[in-house]
Amino acid sequence: MAKYIEMIRIRFLMMLAYRTNYYSGILIYSINIGAYYFLWSAIYGDKGEIEGLSVIQMTTYIAVAWMARAFYFNNIDREIAQEIKEGKVAVEFIRPYHYLTMKTMQGLGEGIFRLGFFSVPGMIIVSLIFPINFSAALSTWLFFMVSIIFSFIVNTQINLLTGVMTFFFFNNDGLIRAKRVVIDLFSGLLLPISFYPVWAQSVMDFLPFKAISYIPSMIFTDGFSRNEVWDALLFQFVWALILIIPIQVLWIIAKRQLIVQGG
Amino acid sequence: MKHAAIFFHYVSQYMKTRLTYRVDMLMEIMSDLLFQAVNLVFILVVFGHTQFLSGWSRDEIIFIYGFFLVPFAIFGAFFNIWDFNERYIVKGEMDRILTRPVHSLFQIILERMELESLFGMITGIAVMVYAGMRLDLSISWYDPFIFILMVIGGAFVYAGIFVMLASISFWSDSRTSIIPMMYNIGNYGRYPVDIYNKVIRFILTWILPFAFVGVYPSAYFLGREDWYVYAFLTPVVGFGFFFLSIFIWNVGVTKYRGAGN
Repeated sequence: MAKYIEMIRIRFLMMLAYRTNYYSGILIYSINIGAYYFLWSAIYGDKGEIEGLSVIQMTTYIAVAWMARAFYFNNIDREIAQEIKEGKVAVEFIRPYHYLTMKTMQGLGEGIFRLGFFSVPGMIIVSLIFPINFSAALSTWLFFMVSIIFSFIVNTQINLLTGVMTFFFFNNDGLIRAKRVVIDLFSGLLLPISFYPVWAQSVMDFLPFKAISYIPSMIFTDGFSRNEVWDALLFQFVWALILIIPIQVLWIIAKRQLIVQGG
Repeated sequence: MKHAAIFFHYVSQYMKTRLTYRVDMLMEIMSDLLFQAVNLVFILVVFGHTQFLSGWSRDEIIFIYGFFLVPFAIFGAFFNIWDFNERYIVKGEMDRILTRPVHSLFQIILERMELESLFGMITGIAVMVYAGMRLDLSISWYDPFIFILMVIGGAFVYAGIFVMLASISFWSDSRTSIIPMMYNIGNYGRYPVDIYNKVIRFILTWILPFAFVGVYPSAYFLGREDWYVYAFLTPVVGFGFFFLSIFIWNVGVTKYRGAGN
């Protein structure tokens, strides 16, 4: 266990060394949030609420969705694909840790860094510019914390899954890009899931993606009732468990038929 | 004439390298399509909840998005030199470029083109035709020519801005993240500028004129007469910005000191 915590620490320090890159990142995210703020204000026009969300809740939703993304987002699928292509993965196999756990821990180190140095200051800056409503209830914040931890887990599992696929496809840049589009669209980052037509919503009930962004953002904006919050957390928890199975299966098969290209 | 011949040599060479990895190219085109679809889905879902976006209907917004894709595709194919700083300045590749017999910017465009982005034009035109038919737009004989002029204007706006940003590297080779920011600001131009506040509208019209890539030229085809002045300024602004950027580039080249070995 200690070695994994060390992984988190090293990645965190690595990110800290390049922290100036992140100041401009906050600006980029603010521009994105700004664009959506104006767009949504125009969409609302003089409607009081759409699908149970007021315009201020919507702005809050967009802002928190982008800022939470900084925490759960990582590129470990690309890193895994790169290491497989370069043959480095062969060395990783003989090291005394579980490769996928190690990758997850690196992602977590990055996530914690961005949460502290990006999301929190970013959220403060954004809340000065745009009308954003922070919940006063302590329970909302606690539920939100639990929920973004699950977002991280589910998103990372999906990344691991796409990364491990490289063992079978050799070059899967296309798959990685496609996965990104799917997550942007179906996780609720751009649009709350409740805005989609009913048939699309019922399809998404059977997919893990809304556990990534929709659930934590809705919790943060107080868009869910207490019962819905428990249901949503259960949804995230169940998916976090289910996704372990395909990852383990693919990993075992991949180890058996590993072909190292160079290295 | 010489330039055209060189251009087509580079194009045929490019096709050969790309067609060697057909699956890879196909995947790239597919994922471009997916990215374009995301924005379309966004518009469709949003208009499931509202009739008008400050006076613009669903099909008009879709039309603007379709138009935007066409100049953006041309920009992506030829002027997308976002990695100029790293690739040419930091690595000293610019030295090699300067020994070539054609203009340095032209040489870089030849080397960095990504012709598969041109597929975006087809998507864009298809989206426009779909929206145009639903809006019952009438087309005169001169409209296709105006369309071409507007598209070139829009592509030059993007090209001008990115060439100017690339030129900054001649003075300072430190890494900046202005360029990813520009892609995000560019997205503002896809929606009617009257939804933004005055400051942003002014910036999008005169300072970073992304509005001339999407909403202003589209206003002409949508018959929004109160926007015609802006619509017809599109080629003027496009050419103006592009020539300004070439001027800045040329000044920048004289300041280039070389960094490689």
